[in-house]
Amino acid sequence: MDALKITPELLLFGAAAGLAAIAAVGVVAFNNAIRSALCLVVNFFVLAFLYFTLNAEMLGVTQIVVYTGAIMVLFLFVIMLLNLGSPEALEEKRDWKRPAGLAIGALFFATIGSQILMPLMKITTVSSRDDFGGPQAIGRTLFSQYAFPFEAVSVLLLIGIVGSILLAKRRMS
Amino acid sequence: MADWFQGLHPLIQASVRVVLFFVPMFMMIPVMIWYERRLLSWMQDRIGPNRVGNITFSKTSKLVPQILRGRKIKLFGLLQPMADGAKSFFKEDFMPAKVDKFLFILAPAVFLFPAFALGATLPWGPYTLLTPISDANIGVLYVLAISSLGVYGVVLAGYSSENKYSLLGGLRASAQLISYELAMGMAIAAIAMATGSLRLTDIVSAQEGRLWGIVPGLANWNVLTPYGFIAFIVFLICMVAETNRAPFDLPECENELIAGYNTEYSTKKWVLFMMGEYVNMIVYSMLLATIFFGGWHLLPFQFDQLAREHPQISTFYELLAKLNGSSILGPVWFVAKVAVMLTCYIWIRATLPRLRYDQLMALGWKTLLPVATVNVILVALWIVATKVYSPVLGWAAFLCFGVLIVMIYRALKSVIAPKTSSLASRTLRLDMSPANVSKPEPEPELVEVAN
Repeated sequence: MDALKITPELLLFGAAAGLAAIAAVGVVAFNNAIRSALCLVVNFFVLAFLYFTLNAEMLGVTQIVVYTGAIMVLFLFVIMLLNLGSPEALEEKRDWKRPAGLAIGALFFATIGSQILMPLMKITTVSSRDDFGGPQAIGRTLFSQYAFPFEAVSVLLLIGIVGSILLAKRRMS
Repeated sequence: MADWFQGLHPLIQASVRVVLFFVPMFMMIPVMIWYERRLLSWMQDRIGPNRVGNITFSKTSKLVPQILRGRKIKLFGLLQPMADGAKSFFKEDFMPAKVDKFLFILAPAVFLFPAFALGATLPWGPYTLLTPISDANIGVLYVLAISSLGVYGVVLAGYSSENKYSLLGGLRASAQLISYELAMGMAIAAIAMATGSLRLTDIVSAQEGRLWGIVPGLANWNVLTPYGFIAFIVFLICMVAETNRAPFDLPECENELIAGYNTEYSTKKWVLFMMGEYVNMIVYSMLLATIFFGGWHLLPFQFDQLAREHPQISTFYELLAKLNGSSILGPVWFVAKVAVMLTCYIWIRATLPRLRYDQLMALGWKTLLPVATVNVILVALWIVATKVYSPVLGWAAFLCFGVLIVMIYRALKSVIAPKTSSLASRTLRLDMSPANVSKPEPEPELVEVAN
């Protein structure tokens, strides 16, 4: 492998990616549900910075608005409302599920890794076009090339909203 | 000067911009605290802090110079915030025994971070080199994204305190902030659509154009346009709610929750929460001034344009343009606008009683969000009518469709739920609905007698 040249971009990437990875480990390693959720918050937040380094600022900001700002707040809200009790109560029993999960996880990793690890090994610098991820570029693509999927997804979301209202109303009356 | 500045390392340039933005903001906080207490006490017909800083010199002591003997120096309590700040550092930093220590200490910092990071895309004057800190092309979205992080500090404080009232405060805060963020996003979306850019400097420069595209001499401040005015009202309400200020201060509502999420906090940590709140108020006021009130311009007049159109008196108009903001006065007007807005904050606090929780939710979801959404539809109509035909048609389309939508809404409402016009009657109906009110059970003794 060629000697890696240390550039500011690489340092930034290393810091962000390392923090994201540590936070991701924290999500599954903590006993406390709130701590896990907070790790997920950190992970999502740092992930946005990885997008920023790739000139995909629109995607990064959307990541913060949607995942960090809205979805994770709801997660925390639910965890706090449910009040899961002591961490000991959450301790899982040792049974066949754990090795099975590990095996499937390893298989999953191997499947994805075999496809993307080799090409990624050669990439040592950040590269993307300047006009890559701005709001204008995304808007143009979304409303021309991907207009139909975009509208289809919006209909899907509408169905979701109406469905949730229906469920809530039925419970109330 | 400009060349020299551009020649510096980008990191130094960025640091200069950060310092120029944050040092004035830090300086505004104690003044703001003093101003709020004095103005509030004046509005509530009491005196307020007026003692700290007053010096009365002795009449007889020989240690006092002759001119000062018997004199009084009044500072109107201006040193009160300093005294309070010093006091908070010497008080015992109390932490309850059973709190989640890590999160308890982390929460104020998490609360303060988004408050400070919020202003990074705000331009405060006509200097493209010095402001904003980052002229990202996602400026408005950045503000929304960072403001949505503000809730974490409150939620963590509420959770880690291991106190029922704190937890309730945290839960209320998260529900409130999520609800009002949507309406605020929609209000800003209308402005972004009309401007055609998310960059805050573009939004400011778009407001230097002609009013509605036709009126000569007047600038197109967003608050003067029909869609902008609706967006402004929605944004104003959401802004007060987002900063947890009265009448939306349910997360720290004293009569129900002691002090809500910051019940268990004392001294420096509590000061951090207060600081975050004030910084939030200041930054949101700046945002309001930038998006709706033409940024750093004093009045909505196009003096630059007028100077070009009337060459014979162009010097006069150029002078007016300079006075209006395109000079060192720009930041002054910007701060003045922020001060006016902060006064409104205090005024609102002194005037309006706190909302009930169901009223808060009803206002956010049933009033502001639909209004802001309809506004987005109307602004699309406005853009098409104005760009393709004329602004007059734009006004006509805006008013016609606005009235049409309101009529459809009223018709639908009268079909779905008749006689539920006011908020009070609606909540009353909720309480009196058949599910909640069981049939009056006859009292046991009476039943026995009847049997």
